[in-house]
Amino acid sequence: MKEFFNKLPEQAVRVIVVFLVLAVGLFVIRQFIIPPEMKEPALQKLSSMEREADKEVKYAGAQVCGQCHEKEHDIKKTGYHRDLSCESCHGAAQKHADNPTDVKPTSPKKRDYCGYCHTYNSSRPTGFPQINPDTHNPRKPCITCHNPHNPKPPQTPRSCAACHAQIERTKAASYHALLGCTVCHNTPEKHKTAPRTIRPTKPDTREFCGKCHDKASPGKGVPAVDMNAHGEKYVCWQCHYPHMLGGI
Amino acid sequence: MDRRDFLKNICLFISSGAVVGGLSPDAWAKLIHKDYDPAKHYYGMGIDIDKCIGCGRCMQACKTENDVPGVPYFFRTWVERYVIKTDKSVTVKTISTNLEELADSFVEKDMLRSFFVPKLCNQCDHPPCVQVCPVGATFKTDDGVILVDGKRCIGCRYCIQACPYGARYLHPETRVADKCTFCYHRLVRGLLPACVEVCPKQARVFGDMKSIASPLGRFIRMNKLHVLKPSLNTDPKVYYANLDGEVN
Repeated sequence: MKEFFNKLPEQAVRVIVVFLVLAVGLFVIRQFIIPPEMKEPALQKLSSMEREADKEVKYAGAQVCGQCHEKEHDIKKTGYHRDLSCESCHGAAQKHADNPTDVKPTSPKKRDYCGYCHTYNSSRPTGFPQINPDTHNPRKPCITCHNPHNPKPPQTPRSCAACHAQIERTKAASYHALLGCTVCHNTPEKHKTAPRTIRPTKPDTREFCGKCHDKASPGKGVPAVDMNAHGEKYVCWQCHYPHMLGGI
Repeated sequence: MDRRDFLKNICLFISSGAVVGGLSPDAWAKLIHKDYDPAKHYYGMGIDIDKCIGCGRCMQACKTENDVPGVPYFFRTWVERYVIKTDKSVTVKTISTNLEELADSFVEKDMLRSFFVPKLCNQCDHPPCVQVCPVGATFKTDDGVILVDGKRCIGCRYCIQACPYGARYLHPETRVADKCTFCYHRLVRGLLPACVEVCPKQARVFGDMKSIASPLGRFIRMNKLHVLKPSLNTDPKVYYANLDGEVN
């Protein structure tokens, strides 16, 4: 070996040494300095997922709350707020779950927080309980009348007018003012809680209106027509709007 | 040693170095969090437009859970308010998480119909953002979530441009792309994403598509579904029920 190096010219040795240093340097950098996940895509993916999975959880989840706050949990699960998670109002509470005595979650007791959901907004689904905060007991905190864990309107809506006020007002000025909504609309009880999926019926035959408006019907002073001759194939409400019987 | 041996040794040295350098560490088979195996899950989300009341609690919870900057313009999930007027004009505006600003736009005149559309990353099955990333920083996990490797991302914003849903933003502090992860750190612990946890109307439904009994499975069976921009063939995993044709 020595003989071999002695025979080499000095400049060749220098070049070899330089290349050796470079090779060893590259090897060390690749092996020990560059982290393995930079070399292998699958490993990079895995380490990235690990980092993502290790992030701090801030919302503990309603189940955790129920383990200690049984009373509130039980009251809430039968009321209108049953789908509402505790942390929707009380804020992120993982820290409170980890350390119940020192960290306390917030409790929105003022009037404004309820407004996020219950202030009137024309885009909200019909039937969702909404109020105008300027006219609905101004400045009074909501919790003086409503229990947030089991909220009820002080008076549950008895009439259809609670949601369908416009129709109610129109009807009040029409000849049909004395007819209740349920005379013509068969309304399932569930329509109150699921107004869009469970809908009331509408009269869908000529005979239904004919019960009062046919010539042969017994009603007195009711405008009557010959149902066989009048209106041909059309259903009555296609020409007459029953809530507003002005001159139509 | 003669020249032949020397060359032989050099060859051996280099090749052995390459082999050692190419060996992967034994971190391969590691699970990313306790006994969580990504291959056993495949996540999706359902959103019922008829249930959304536009309270903005999901936006707030997302910001809290994921340290998204508090100022507007940076969202991982956001809620758009559509107002379609009687003259068929459509206005779309992201709602505010601030009640005063929210209340300002509550009542509209000449409204034909109006509703809220919660939006977030669609976790596409064929994600355009993954395709365009020049450094492979964004990728799809085995459980169907698109993640960003913050350590590898160079902040070039190609993915932000490529996303047809506008679901990504450049984080002003870390200067890397950021987006909804379905709260990946919560999923691995068996918790729901923060937005689903706090949604007061259960307008958001989350679940595992590999499990028939998940709430999402029921949502997919029971509703007529729509996805955003289906013509782009991105194959989103966020499904909308009762979506209006004006939404895109």
